[in-house]
Amino acid sequence: MEILRYIGYGLLVIGGIFLFLGALGIYRMPDLYNRLQAGTKATTIGAMSAILGVGFIEPAWMVKTIIIVIFIGIANPLSSHALARAAYKAGLKPIMKKKVDAYEKVQDIEVKEEVKL
Amino acid sequence: MQDGKSSISKFLYTFIMVFIIWNAFTWPGSFADIQLAEVLTGAFVSLILGLLTNKYFSCCGLQVLMPHKIIFLVQYFFVFIIALIKANLDVAVRVINPALPINPGIVEIKTKLTNDFAKMILANSITLTPGTLTIDVIDDTMYIHWIDVATENPEEAFKEIAEPFEKVLLKIYG
Repeated sequence: MEILRYIGYGLLVIGGIFLFLGALGIYRMPDLYNRLQAGTKATTIGAMSAILGVGFIEPAWMVKTIIIVIFIGIANPLSSHALARAAYKAGLKPIMKKKVDAYEKVQDIEVKEEVKL
Repeated sequence: MQDGKSSISKFLYTFIMVFIIWNAFTWPGSFADIQLAEVLTGAFVSLILGLLTNKYFSCCGLQVLMPHKIIFLVQYFFVFIIALIKANLDVAVRVINPALPINPGIVEIKTKLTNDFAKMILANSITLTPGTLTIDVIDDTMYIHWIDVATENPEEAFKEIAEPFEKVLLKIYG
């Protein structure tokens, strides 16, 4: 099917664009938490879209690619959550313009350094 | 033993899920090419995995696979996909904007969900939606890093961040 091929190419291009934006976000954002924001979201949809695109180009792989997409959807947010939590527990203070930190009161460790935006 | 939470129900749920995943990965492209040996191996592996891991893999057994719950799962899927696309456009616009319009902070929200698995799905969905990242879940409180803090009030933040997901999840796991 010719039309499926073109849908697949389109998805590959969209995936590439989002992955690029994710990389740009990681470069531009000021601290780890914001970088994770850019990294998680853009790479999730980028990878999903690119893998689905491969599935459209090669229809025999379609079911496999859908399963991989579901696994990415589960694994990506989990890993970024683990990274963010570990960073906070290790004492890395998020950068903020105005201090809004509800998580601070449930910590029992000293926060080492404070960074201003 | 409560209804739907017995280990037989959990085992069956695990077996079905693992079997579906196995067959999806070994799918040859058409029904005619399916090989019996492949499917039987899958059934055997699913049986072993189901026996060993049903305690950890399944929270509520077969009741999650009831038809009306599957309808809600499909509804959840669409709510989620729309939120995911919005999240990506939102972050993309922020990244491209030369002024980098961010106002980050950590807010807390309270969830009404009691089931651990449902809480995990909610936390994951929040991470994948516009500008929010779940940092920790302690009992019914979620701590969320928000790239553009609109409100510090937990209830208002909840409405902004989690309400559409929780409504559907409550119907499935509630």
